[in-house]
Amino acid sequence: MALLEVNNLDVRFAMRGGEVRALRDVSFTLERGERLGIVGESGAGKSVAAFTILNLIAKPGYIAGGEIKFDGEVLNTLKPKAMQSIRGNRISMIFQDPMMTLNPVLTIGEQMIECLKAHRRISRKDARAIALHKLNQVFIPSPEKRLDQYPHELSGGMRQRIIIAIALLLDPDIIVADEPTTALDVTIQAEIMELLLLLCEKHNVGLILITHDLGVVSQVTQRTLVMYAGRVIEQGPTREIINDAQHPYTQGLINALPQMATPGSRLNQIRGSMPTLTKIPAGCAFNPRCDFAANICLEKVPAFAHSGNCKVACHMVDAMVAGERWTPIITDANGNGATPTDSHRTEVNA
Amino acid sequence: MSQSNTQSSNAPVTPKTSSIVVPGRWQRFRESYLVYSFKRDWMAQACLLVFIAMVLGAFLAPWIAPADPYDLASIDIMNSELPPAWMAGGDPAFLLGTDAQGRDLLSTILYGTRVSLLIGFGAVILQALLGVTFGLLAGYLGGRIDAFLMRMADIQLSFSTLMVAIVVGAIIKATFGGAAFSDYALILLILIIGLAEWPQYARTVRASVLAEKNKEYVDAARVMGFRSRRIMFRHILPNTLSPIFVISTVQIANAIISEAALSFLGLGMPETQPSLGSLIKSGFDYLQSGSWWITLIPGGVLIVLVLVINLLGDWLRDVMNPRLYKG
Repeated sequence: MALLEVNNLDVRFAMRGGEVRALRDVSFTLERGERLGIVGESGAGKSVAAFTILNLIAKPGYIAGGEIKFDGEVLNTLKPKAMQSIRGNRISMIFQDPMMTLNPVLTIGEQMIECLKAHRRISRKDARAIALHKLNQVFIPSPEKRLDQYPHELSGGMRQRIIIAIALLLDPDIIVADEPTTALDVTIQAEIMELLLLLCEKHNVGLILITHDLGVVSQVTQRTLVMYAGRVIEQGPTREIINDAQHPYTQGLINALPQMATPGSRLNQIRGSMPTLTKIPAGCAFNPRCDFAANICLEKVPAFAHSGNCKVACHMVDAMVAGERWTPIITDANGNGATPTDSHRTEVNA
Repeated sequence: MSQSNTQSSNAPVTPKTSSIVVPGRWQRFRESYLVYSFKRDWMAQACLLVFIAMVLGAFLAPWIAPADPYDLASIDIMNSELPPAWMAGGDPAFLLGTDAQGRDLLSTILYGTRVSLLIGFGAVILQALLGVTFGLLAGYLGGRIDAFLMRMADIQLSFSTLMVAIVVGAIIKATFGGAAFSDYALILLILIIGLAEWPQYARTVRASVLAEKNKEYVDAARVMGFRSRRIMFRHILPNTLSPIFVISTVQIANAIISEAALSFLGLGMPETQPSLGSLIKSGFDYLQSGSWWITLIPGGVLIVLVLVINLLGDWLRDVMNPRLYKG
């Protein structure tokens, strides 16, 4: 049995104008010590997925369906007290911005000791020793001194190391990292990712890495989940997804990487932008932006089709595999070729 | 990096003594912006000096005052309404003259300042306890609790302190008699002023909590599995302390003035244990007959006390406001 099992998760936000469905039918699993990447554009539901795993969706959001199973327990029906003993203790989380995640008025040591004392019966002295040990593990220079410093006295990279140390403090089974490097500069990003990878491997900690950086995903994770407009549209081994993406959206994402562009010409892009969650088109949510969209894509939500080791939610996978690209697949009532949404078509740069 | 690598990953590592010296708390304080700006602000220094002098004078009154105004045996009615020592008819034994009952005005002012300060600080501590707790709860929990507490605050603010004092005073006097009221006047005034003014704190704290609670460190604290109470008091409260400090100074000054006003109206401290307010009142009747000192000298002391506290509060607000911080 997988350590973490997310089945048909449905998360909604009750807003003034009606319900917004942030996650629809999201399912995935994570084995012990496995590293999973969740990629997608802003607003695809990646962070909501992360918060839902920890059962931290705040009002007006709520879990409308599905279940999150962790080590045999169903988290979304757990009592708050039992959930508190899992949060931070067995599943911990790393946030995007290290400037904001640490409490500005408490010293690093106080924050770490407090976290330990909240979950274990432990003396202050022992807690301090553990905190120091963890700071050593994340290669903080002169850790003894850092314990008595305040967050503002440290650099961004150093703070993110401390946050990783705090995430590892109670030897969790899973770390959920929500874009852990976006707020850092590029050289530090690489260092932090390397550190995270090293520590996860060394301690056999599962990692759920949420990012929109495909480069990071390909270096760190074993499996990848691609999300679009609240749904999982493709999942499988990272290597296969990067090398041979099946879903037109994933293909578009990989094509949009700067290294995929011809030097001197414009970067590739996926035309249009992701629909807001209140106005998701019928059928496949990606259809207005898709080059391969056919009539069926406008009508039916695609189910997962197996393609090698990957699962892809696209009606046209088989057609694409057969090499039928760029045929006018959408037809109007008379059978003539038509485009799904003309407004989007006009801004195509081929 | 390499040295840490070689350490075994399980046993807690005993700390190596670091070569960099960590500054102690006292040294950190001495190097802080607060002290830096204090050293460069003569106004703040002067105010603090005057304030400390007044506090010392008030609380050392039993030892430094020439007479004990509470000791009825030492009062001689024949000494009443003596002018200050430097005026014609003044008695060098009574530096600032005497009041209508023959009490030494200097001693009475020292004791009165003590009463005023006790009420001011006591009431503000009570206000802060109530206001901070309610403000934190309202801001952090939101929803119905927020609505309920804030409507309570609105209702409380619509009663003036005077009205609360009149009602409470009347009830106490009616049930326990005037003597009981005099005995417990100090505590009652602290309660009345404290209860009447807590919404100031609640509103300020709630506003800061609303700003703080959406910051990521609060999410992080929740992710670490802390309980709401711990997050509220240990994580959010310290981040809202600077506005609390600043309004505290204003509130102390306000509480002292409220007490003086209540005493002046006869709703506060009794004549036998005068505060600055009741001293001003007791002299008021004699103002027309030329004994100005009984009212004006305690009045002056009250003005200086409140002014000094307000000026210190202004300075503190400038220092602690991050938007004005030029560090």
